[in-house]
Amino acid sequence: MKNGEQRIEFTLNGDKTSVTFPTFKTLLEVLREELNLTGTKHGCELGECGACAVLVDGKPVLSCLMLAVEADGTKVTTVEGLADDARLHPLQEAFADCGAAQCGYCTPGFLCTAKALLDKKPDANRREISEALAGNICRCTGYIQIFEAVEQAAAKMAVKK
Amino acid sequence: MTSPFTFWDARTAEEAAALLSKKGAMALGGGVDLLGEMKEGIRAPEHIVNLRSIPGLDKIQKTDRGWRVGATALLTDIADHADLRKDLPGFAESAEAVATPQIRNQGTIGGNLAQRPRCWYYRAAEFACVKKGGKGCPAEKGENRYLAIFGDGPCHIVHPSDCAPMLVALDARLFLRGPDGARDLPIADFYELPSKNALCEFTLKPGEFIEAVEIPTALPRSTYVKIREKDSFDFAIAACAIAGKIDGDHFTDARVVLGGVAPVPWRSVTAEANLRKNTIADAVEPASNSATDGARPMSQNAWKIPMTKAAVARAIRSFLPR
Ligand SMILES: Cc1cc2nc3c(=O)[nH]c(=O)nc-3n(C[C@@H](O)[C@@H](O)[C@H](O)COP(=O)(O)OP(=O)(O)OC[C@H]3O[C@@H](n4cnc5c(N)ncnc54)[C@H](O)[C@@H]3O)c2cc1C
Ligand code: FES
Ligand code: FES
Repeated sequence: MKNGEQRIEFTLNGDKTSVTFPTFKTLLEVLREELNLTGTKHGCELGECGACAVLVDGKPVLSCLMLAVEADGTKVTTVEGLADDARLHPLQEAFADCGAAQCGYCTPGFLCTAKALLDKKPDANRREISEALAGNICRCTGYIQIFEAVEQAAAKMAVKK
Repeated sequence: MTSPFTFWDARTAEEAAALLSKKGAMALGGGVDLLGEMKEGIRAPEHIVNLRSIPGLDKIQKTDRGWRVGATALLTDIADHADLRKDLPGFAESAEAVATPQIRNQGTIGGNLAQRPRCWYYRAAEFACVKKGGKGCPAEKGENRYLAIFGDGPCHIVHPSDCAPMLVALDARLFLRGPDGARDLPIADFYELPSKNALCEFTLKPGEFIEAVEIPTALPRSTYVKIREKDSFDFAIAACAIAGKIDGDHFTDARVVLGGVAPVPWRSVTAEANLRKNTIADAVEPASNSATDGARPMSQNAWKIPMTKAAVARAIRSFLPR
């Protein structure tokens, strides 16, 4: 490891992972540039849009405002970790069914944030859904389809249980 | 991407104070504000000292003096703490009013209280304004619609924190730690007007940082009302924190502090007097009207005066029986 670099070990989408990177890199940059997980998106880079949201220890955070070195020892889930092999996560299916993604740029951030909500509150109502997703901006869909998709996924997940 | 720095995980408060004494060192809470400043090119620390690695610094606990909240407690954990909310409803509401769920999962109370202003001239590297050690305030002849209506310059930022006005209303104390030991002070004395210190909203000695905030439970009734332009998330256009004691239909003790309208949390002693000498219902008008006494709006922001009155009126009305 060179001067000015860090090495972390963490669980990324269920797999033990270690990675070395320049200290100043954010988690977003390390995921995309060092680990080639480009599902998580670069948006505003300043905390305003939610495109970069990932789960750290199950909670949604903005990877553009988190230094990657702080992920040491944590469990990180990105949009790539939602599907179960070839089977999409119910949220991903519902987003496709409901037209909750158009350009799709905001979708990974919405999916991760919605997953954290449903993991904690499987019966979340419309108000709780819109509050949980208040930090995610979508310029295409107008949000209604997104709220409907989360509700549809919640209903499907409830039946499965 | 930001400029390079050396990263330190502090293990104890003493170690953090020693590390923060290095030239060009800055404290890291959640990094929500600090990373933004670094990306905007207005801050380039040589050393970043992580406080979240100090075990126990995120504790939220009840003591015989009230509640003690460690500096790295997350805003989410403050907002979701059921027992704390019972004693200090306004504090929980103020933490919940901050930004977005993701940011509340990252942002710490210490970082919230020490966050830097959002004035767009300050945040843009190309303006060398008085807050950045340059000359004058470009907002005086420029875009000032969201800026201060109190405080009289020479810098006209509004303090961005939602928790700060509420903690001033609750008469909280800040516990600071530095290389020479610990000290504590009323949080109201932590914040300074630009006429005293234009460069920063508060003065910490070299190496010093916020270790905890203690909030007495002597003012059991409290609320935080925030008006914002965008409902999903936004900084306050105007906000009102009230903490007090109620006996029957009136306040026997009341502290009224405004947010989003001045460079520091802005206490309104006239609104407090009007609140104490009337029943709650009769206090709404005189207290909210007098809250903006002494305001001196800039060229574009007189509209914040009625907004401020509305925030105060809503806050007072929230104590009326429903
Ligand atoms: C999109 C967006 C919206 C926002 N909306 C709001 C809002 O509505 N209301 C609001 O109040 N805030 C808002 N914020 C500001 C947000 O950054 C803070 O609320 C957050 O609490 C900062 O905490 P942090 O731990 O991430 O701070 P950091 O970024 O880690 O630190 C902030 C500053 O404080 C210093 N610092 C950190 N901890 C300490 C300590 N213990 N002692 C001394 N100094 C310390 C750092 O060196 C830095 O200068 C918003 C931010 C963004 C990006
Ligand atoms: S890219 Fe992180 S919030 Fe916009
Ligand atoms: S689908 Fe295009 S931004 Fe949301």
